Amino acid sequence: MELDPLSLLISIVKIAAVMAWVYGLLRVMGHASKWVKIGGIIALFAVVQLAISINVGDSPILNNFDTGLLFQACTITMVSLGLNLIYGFNGQFSLGQWGFYGIGAYAAADITYRWTNGDAAGLLVAGIGVILIGVVILGLNRFLSRYRGLPVLSAFTLYLIGVIIAGVAAYYIGATLGPMLAPLFGTSDVPGILRSDLALQVVFVLAVFIAGAFAAEVAFLFGLPVLTLGSDYFGIASLGFVIVVNTLMVNSDTILPFPEMKGGRGMVGIPQVTTWFYAFFFLLLVIVVMRNIIHSSTGRAILSVREDETASKAMGINIANYKLLSFVTGSLFAGLGGGVYAHYIGFLSPGTFDFLIGFNPLIIVVFGGLGSMTGTLVAGFFWMFFLEGMLRVLLGQLGTEAPTWRFVLYPITLLLMMLVRPKGLLGSVEWGFLKRPVAPRRGGNDSARGPAGVVPALK
Amino acid sequence: MRAFKITSLFALAAIAVSACASAGGTGGDIKVAILAPLSGPVPTFGVSTRDGALQAIDEWNAKGGINGQKIVPIVEDSQCTPDPALNAAHKVIDQDKVSFIIGEVCSKASIPISDYANSKKIIEMSPTSTATGVTVDQNGKVKDYIFRACFIDPFQGKVAAKFALGTLKAQTAFIMLDQSNDYVKGLAEAFEQAYTAAGGKVVGKENYTGKDTDFSTILAKVADAKPGLVYLPDYYNIVNLVTKQAKEKGITAPFMGGDGWDSPDLDTKAADGGYYTNHYSPEDTRPEVVNFVKAYGVKYKDDKGQPKTPDALAALAYDAGNLLFTAIKDAGSTDTTKVRDTLTKISFDGISGKITYDADHNPVKSATILHVTGGKVVFDSVVNP
Amino acid sequence: MQQANTSQRSVPATRKSGARLAWIGRAFLLALALFAVIVLVRSFFDNPQLFAQIVISGLQLGFVYALIALGYTMVYGIVKLINFAHGDVFMAGAFVSFFAVTRFQLHLWPAMVFPNLPPIVVTVVGSITVILLSMAVCALMAVTIERVAYKPLRTAPRIAALITAIGVSFFLEYFGALNFVFSPRFIPYQRPFDVVTWYIFDGIHQVMPGQNPPQGSITFSNIAIIIMVVSILMQLSLQFLVRRTRIGKAMRATAFDKQAAQLMGINVDRVISITFAIGSAFAGLGGVLYAIAYPSINTLLGVLPGLKAFVAAVLGGIGSIPGAFVGALIMGQAEALTAGYISTPMRDAIAFTILIVVLLVRPTGIFGEPEKEKA
Repeated sequence: MELDPLSLLISIVKIAAVMAWVYGLLRVMGHASKWVKIGGIIALFAVVQLAISINVGDSPILNNFDTGLLFQACTITMVSLGLNLIYGFNGQFSLGQWGFYGIGAYAAADITYRWTNGDAAGLLVAGIGVILIGVVILGLNRFLSRYRGLPVLSAFTLYLIGVIIAGVAAYYIGATLGPMLAPLFGTSDVPGILRSDLALQVVFVLAVFIAGAFAAEVAFLFGLPVLTLGSDYFGIASLGFVIVVNTLMVNSDTILPFPEMKGGRGMVGIPQVTTWFYAFFFLLLVIVVMRNIIHSSTGRAILSVREDETASKAMGINIANYKLLSFVTGSLFAGLGGGVYAHYIGFLSPGTFDFLIGFNPLIIVVFGGLGSMTGTLVAGFFWMFFLEGMLRVLLGQLGTEAPTWRFVLYPITLLLMMLVRPKGLLGSVEWGFLKRPVAPRRGGNDSARGPAGVVPALK
Repeated sequence: MRAFKITSLFALAAIAVSACASAGGTGGDIKVAILAPLSGPVPTFGVSTRDGALQAIDEWNAKGGINGQKIVPIVEDSQCTPDPALNAAHKVIDQDKVSFIIGEVCSKASIPISDYANSKKIIEMSPTSTATGVTVDQNGKVKDYIFRACFIDPFQGKVAAKFALGTLKAQTAFIMLDQSNDYVKGLAEAFEQAYTAAGGKVVGKENYTGKDTDFSTILAKVADAKPGLVYLPDYYNIVNLVTKQAKEKGITAPFMGGDGWDSPDLDTKAADGGYYTNHYSPEDTRPEVVNFVKAYGVKYKDDKGQPKTPDALAALAYDAGNLLFTAIKDAGSTDTTKVRDTLTKISFDGISGKITYDADHNPVKSATILHVTGGKVVFDSVVNP
Repeated sequence: MQQANTSQRSVPATRKSGARLAWIGRAFLLALALFAVIVLVRSFFDNPQLFAQIVISGLQLGFVYALIALGYTMVYGIVKLINFAHGDVFMAGAFVSFFAVTRFQLHLWPAMVFPNLPPIVVTVVGSITVILLSMAVCALMAVTIERVAYKPLRTAPRIAALITAIGVSFFLEYFGALNFVFSPRFIPYQRPFDVVTWYIFDGIHQVMPGQNPPQGSITFSNIAIIIMVVSILMQLSLQFLVRRTRIGKAMRATAFDKQAAQLMGINVDRVISITFAIGSAFAGLGGVLYAIAYPSINTLLGVLPGLKAFVAAVLGGIGSIPGAFVGALIMGQAEALTAGYISTPMRDAIAFTILIVVLLVRPTGIFGEPEKEKA
C-alpha cells in the first residue's frame, strides 16, 4: 500500500490546528479585558463543540477518532500539569502520578457506577469519607504543628490512625444515612425523585471532585514519609507506588472489597458521561488553579524549594510543607484527570495503569519543558495527536507490517528530541495567560525582576 | 486578535481538508479492519491473529472476492490495552469507514471496542476474546453486532474437568492461576466449578502474576500437596517455565491447560505428559485443516525459514475471517444488519469445527483435547458440547 | 498546610519538642517487624522443609538480582543516572547466548576442535565461552549506548539523560521485538548445559525424571549453585577492582567529584565508559544465568528484574558494591517469603514497603555513605 499524501497533510493540519487552538486559548485567557476573556473562552469552546456536532457529508468534522484523542489529550495534560507542578516547579522527581490517575479513575467510576445501579450510599460514603479524612488531616496538621522536629514516622503513624478512624466512621455514617435518604435517591427498583439524567451529570461532577480529593489524600499519606527521602529515592519509591496500586487494582475483587471492579477483568458499565464540555471545563480548571498557584507567594516558595533547599530554609520556608503541598496538588490534578478519563472510556482495566505506560506524563513534561505550563499543555496535545493520531494513520497505510514499527519510531523521536533540545520543546517559555503577570509599577528597578513571563529555568 | 485569526484560519483549513477527505474513497471494495496487538504486552498473539486473518482474506480475494467485491484489509495495532484499542476502533470506523472488524485478541481490549462498534452497528468478530462481557453487556443484554469465533471459558473448563475426572482419573487437582489475567482467571474458575461439581477435590490453589519467572515457591507447595493433576490454564510462555521447573523438582503429576498452551513455541520436552483443550489440532486430517496448515506454511516462515505451523490464534483468526466473509456472501450485501442476521443463523464448517451461534453470540462447537508426549503434540480426542 | 505555617510563625516559643513523640513511630515500626517475625517463625515451625525450600528459591533469585544490581549501582554511583536501559542490556545478554547456542552451537566448540575431550570439559569450556561472548557483546553495546545517547547529555539537565535512558530502553525492547531481530515471541531457551537437581533426604540424591522426591525433602539444582558461586566471585573481583586497582581508584575519584577528578588528570570519559562496560558485562552474565534458570526469553524480559535490581541497589545504598549485594539478597528473600506465606500478588508491595522503611530509617540505604551536602 502507498502512503496517501492527503492523509499526511490532514494529520499535519490537524496537529497545527490543535496547537493554534491551544495558543489562542492561552492568549484570550490572558487578555486584559474581562469580556474578551470570557467571550474568547466560550468561542474557543464553541468552535470545537460545533466541529463535533456539525456534519460535513455523512460524518462530523471532528469524528470520534479525533474527539477521542482530544479527550485523552485533555486528561493526560491534566496529569502532566500536576507532574510539572511537582517535578518541574518543585523539583521532586515523582514517577507515581500514574497511580494517582488510576486511583482517581477507579474512585470516580465506582461512585457513578453505584449511582446508576441504584446504590446512592457509595456517593455518600465516598463524599463523607473524603470530607472527614480531609478534616482529620487538617486538624492533625494543626495539632502537630505545635511540636518541633517531630519524627516523620510518628507523624505518619498518627495520620494513618486518624485516617483509618475517619474512614470507618464515614462508612458507618454513610451506611446509616443511605437507607434514610432512599426516598430521595431511590434504589434500583424504585427510582427516587432525584434520579434523572441531570442528577447523573451532577453526580458525575461530584464524583470527579471526590475522586480528585481522594487521590490528594492518598498522596498526602504517601508523600508525608516518602517525600523526605529526596529526589531519586523518592522517584523509585513512587514508581513502587504505581506498581502497588496496580496490584491492588488487579485484586480489587479479592484483596479489596470491590466486586464491581472485577479485578483483572476490568470494570464495565461505567456511564460514559464525559462530554467535550466536561473535558474542557476540568482542563480549564486545572490550568487556572495551577497558574494561580505558580504566580502567588506559595508558587514562589515552591520554586525556591526547587532552586535551593538550604537557602529556602534560611528564608523561613517550611520545605517539607511546600513539597507536600505541591505533591498533593499535583496528585489532585491527576485524580481529576482520572475521573474524567474513566467516564470517557467507560471501561477500566488495570492494564491501562501499568507502570510502563506511567512514564508517559514524565515524557510529556520533559518534552514540553520542565517548569513550563505552556510546554506541558502543548506537548500533551501534540503527543496524543502525533503518536496515537498521525502515526496510527500513516503506519496503517504502509502495509500490514508497519504498525509494529510504531514503538520503534517513538523512542527514536524521544532520543533525537533529547539530543537536539535537552531542555524541552519550549524550554521555560510561557504563552499569554500563563505568563507571569506584570505587577503594577511602583517605581524602582524593573530589570531586577527579569523579563516578564519567564520563570527561571531549572539549573 | 491575532490569535483568533490564526485559530480560525487553521480551523477553516482543517474543515476544508477533512471535507475533501470524507468525499473521496468508497469504491467497490469491502474494507475489513484487523485489530491486533502488534506491540504492547502480547505482540506474538497479534502477529498470529493478523497472519491468520490475512490468510483468509487472501484466499477470498484469490477466488475473486465476495460477490465480486475485493476485500481490503486495514491492520491496526491495538496493543491489548483499552485506550489504544478504542482509538484504533474509532479510527477504522470513523476515518476508514469500515463496517467489519476482526479482533481484538484480548478481552480487555475487545470490551471497549465492542461497546463502540455495537453502538455504530459495526460487526465485530473477535477471534479469541473469551470473556462473556465481550458479547453481552453488564445488564445481560446481547450486543447485537458482536460475535466471537472461540468457545468461552465455562465450556472449556467443563471439558477439562470432565476429561480430568473421566479419562485421567485424577481425583485431586491443584490449580495455578494468574489473578491479573482475565483469561486465566476465567478458565481456572470454570474448571474449579465443574471439577468440584463432578466430585473432584481441589487440594490447593495458588496465585502468581504474569510477570513472574520463578515458580519454585508454588511448586514447593505442589510437591507438598501431591495432587493427581495440576491445572495451569495460562499461555505457553508461563507453561514452559512452570513445567520445566516442575520437572526439575521431580513433580510427576500431569499438567493440564487450555488453548493458551497452543503454540509452536511450547516446550514439548518440559510439558511432556501434559494435556490441553484446544480449538483444533494441526494434525487433523480434514481437508480444510490440511489445506490451511499447508497454505499458511507457504506464506509465513519462522526465523529459520521453516514453514510456520499455525497456532490456535491464527486458526481462529482464519475462522473468524471466513465466518464473516461467508456471512457477507450469504447475505448478499454488506449491510451489517443483514450480515448479523445471517451470522446468527449460520452453520459453518471451520478449522475449529462446525460452528453455530447460541443466543449470546457464542459459538457452539466441539473442543479438541491434545496430549503432549514424546516431544510432540498429538491429537487425543474430540469432546462435543 | 498554610495554617500550619502561620501558626508556626506566630507561636514559636510555645512549641514542644517533637522528639517526645518519637516513640509512636518506633512503636509502629516495631509492630510491623513483630508481625513479620511472627509470620515467619510460625511458618518455619509449621513446615521447616517448605520454609527451607522457599529460602533457597529466594537465594537463587537474590543472587541474580545481585549481578544486575552491581551494574546499576556502579553506573549510578558515577554518573548519577538511573540507567533504565540496564535491564534491556540484561535481556540482550540472554538473547546473545541463545543465538550463540542455537545458531552457532558455540557451546560445543571444544568438542568440534578437540574431539577427544571428556564431555564435562566440553560443557564447562563451551558454556564459559558462551557466557564470555554475551558479556563482551553487552559491554560493547553499553559503551555504544553511552557514547551515542548519554555522553552528549552530560552537561544537560539530569532529567534529559533519564528520559534518554527510558527512550533507549523502549527502543531496545521494541526494536528487539521486530520480526527480523529477536521477534516478539516468548522463545524457549536452549541451555548450553543441562540442569541437574538433587534432593536432601538422608543424604544428597539426584532427582531422576519421572520420580517424585520423597515427602519432606529439599531440592536444589546445579544452576542455583552456579548462580550463587558466580555471583559471589564477581562481587569479590569487583570489590578488588574498585579498591585495589588504578582504574578502580579513578572510578572512585570520578564518583566522588567529577570535575576534581578531571583536574587531577583522570580521563573521566574513559572511566565512565569502562564503568558502563563492566556493569553491563555483569548484566550480560546475569542475563545468561537467568535465562538458564528460567528458560523462556522475550524482549521484555529485563524490565522487572532490572527494576527490582535497582530497588535492591537503592536498598543496599546506591554506589556501594556490598550494599547492592546485600540489598539484592534481601529483595530475593522478601519476594520468595511473601510469595510463600502472604500472597504472591503482594510481593512487590512488600518489597517496596521494605525499601521505604529502610530509607526512612537510613536515608542512604543500608551500606550507603551519608550524602555530602549538595552545593
